[in-house]
Amino acid sequence: MNIGVLALQGAVAEHIQSIERAGAKGVSVKKVQQLDELDGLIIPGGESTTIGKLMRKYGFIEALRAFSGKGKPIFGTCAGLIVLADRLEGGEEPHLGLMNMTVARNAFGRQRESFETDLDVKGIDTPLRAVFIRAPLIKEVGSNVDVLSTYKGEIVAARQGHLLASSFHPELTDDYRLHAYFVSMAEEAVKQTKA
Amino acid sequence: METGTSRVKRGMAEMQKGGVIMDVMNAEQAKIAEAAGATAVMALERVPSDIRAAGGVARMADPTIVEEVMKAVSIPVMAKARIGHYVEAKVLEALGVDYIDESEVLTPADEVFHINKSEFTVPFVCGAKDLGEALRRVQEGASMLRTKGEPGTGNIVEAVRHMRLIMSQIRKVQNMSKDELYHEAKTLGVSYDLLLGVHETGRLPVVNFAAGGVATPADAALMMHLGADGVFVGSGIFKSDNPEKFARAIVEATTHYDDYELIARVSKNLGTPMKGIEISKLSQFERMQERGI
Repeated sequence: MNIGVLALQGAVAEHIQSIERAGAKGVSVKKVQQLDELDGLIIPGGESTTIGKLMRKYGFIEALRAFSGKGKPIFGTCAGLIVLADRLEGGEEPHLGLMNMTVARNAFGRQRESFETDLDVKGIDTPLRAVFIRAPLIKEVGSNVDVLSTYKGEIVAARQGHLLASSFHPELTDDYRLHAYFVSMAEEAVKQTKA
Repeated sequence: METGTSRVKRGMAEMQKGGVIMDVMNAEQAKIAEAAGATAVMALERVPSDIRAAGGVARMADPTIVEEVMKAVSIPVMAKARIGHYVEAKVLEALGVDYIDESEVLTPADEVFHINKSEFTVPFVCGAKDLGEALRRVQEGASMLRTKGEPGTGNIVEAVRHMRLIMSQIRKVQNMSKDELYHEAKTLGVSYDLLLGVHETGRLPVVNFAAGGVATPADAALMMHLGADGVFVGSGIFKSDNPEKFARAIVEATTHYDDYELIARVSKNLGTPMKGIEISKLSQFERMQERGI
């Protein structure tokens, strides 16, 4: 499995390390031409305004909509979740607009409110250590979206078919189970394309 | 649920990687920086080149400016406290800034001690010229590092010197035997455990950005090429002829630091960059990088 990490800005190396621990090959992606080689893509944490602007500038919006249209999995963490969302609170223009959900940016407050906690995630057998940094929240999801995790009643991880999103940063710990979950989504998608 | 853990504080800096952090003096400049793709802004009363020109004592910015900038943008806001000035840092934390720069650009408040940064919830960035300084700051609780290139000069030579030195010291430490490491920890004035971490991983325990003297997109790309995780741009942007265009060009050159055709394209018609100062023209007392070692 070749899993790309969008490397326009943000925590790229950590995701690549987690992907490789999960048994797949991690690729840093800076150009749209690289997408053809991939079985799945991670949009990492970083600043969503910066990542969104650079995605527009380099043609990643259309290219990733086409990538997703082929059923290839995309996983957005923190800023990546914001980039995937169809609706952003505060009337901000959405970026990829692929996932049927409304997202609030900086939903917990400023950096001093950033935290880590143990979190139950559907599909992972025991709690994950989840790191939330100026994190967004999923305020509402459409009926085709499966809620994977909540924190204090708010949605912090969700899946819509081949699209996966988390408010927190699974790449900042040594626990690669969520990455393994995503790699298995990519394996599943490859099987379906062949069938 | 735990706030202010080292993972949360260092993680915040990881999210800035590959990005450009820009100095701004008001809400309008902050909005220009955000629109150009800055990953954070540093709220200041004066940019370093003005501090240098004005002379006198440079202190923490007026809280009004910091709050004005925080209201204007959704990206993280950083602010500077004087080296060793615990109370300025506590004030900035109370204001809710996202990162504090304990900075040599301001006049040091303490000639011996840095702030004990580990007891703060808000993370700190500190400057370092070499591996010893870098690890001492991490020991005190810094969650992010940056070079101490001569601020406000528009001259990249010092930032290059610091980045090259740190990278070469890391390579040297990687190849040392255990008994050499004990001695090296003593020589550098750092804890053995931190040095052992560098030996084992071949990298610093926190993110290291370039700062000081970045005046063109090519300067930013050069620092990335030398191993910087991202770039601080101070006086360069709002002292240039066309700040908006200049800021966008720096952001693109930082992301695509090894795409020279792209850097050529974004470098066209940027107007005159800041004039700059030859480092040897500065007296020892004017060199801000000598503050707080």
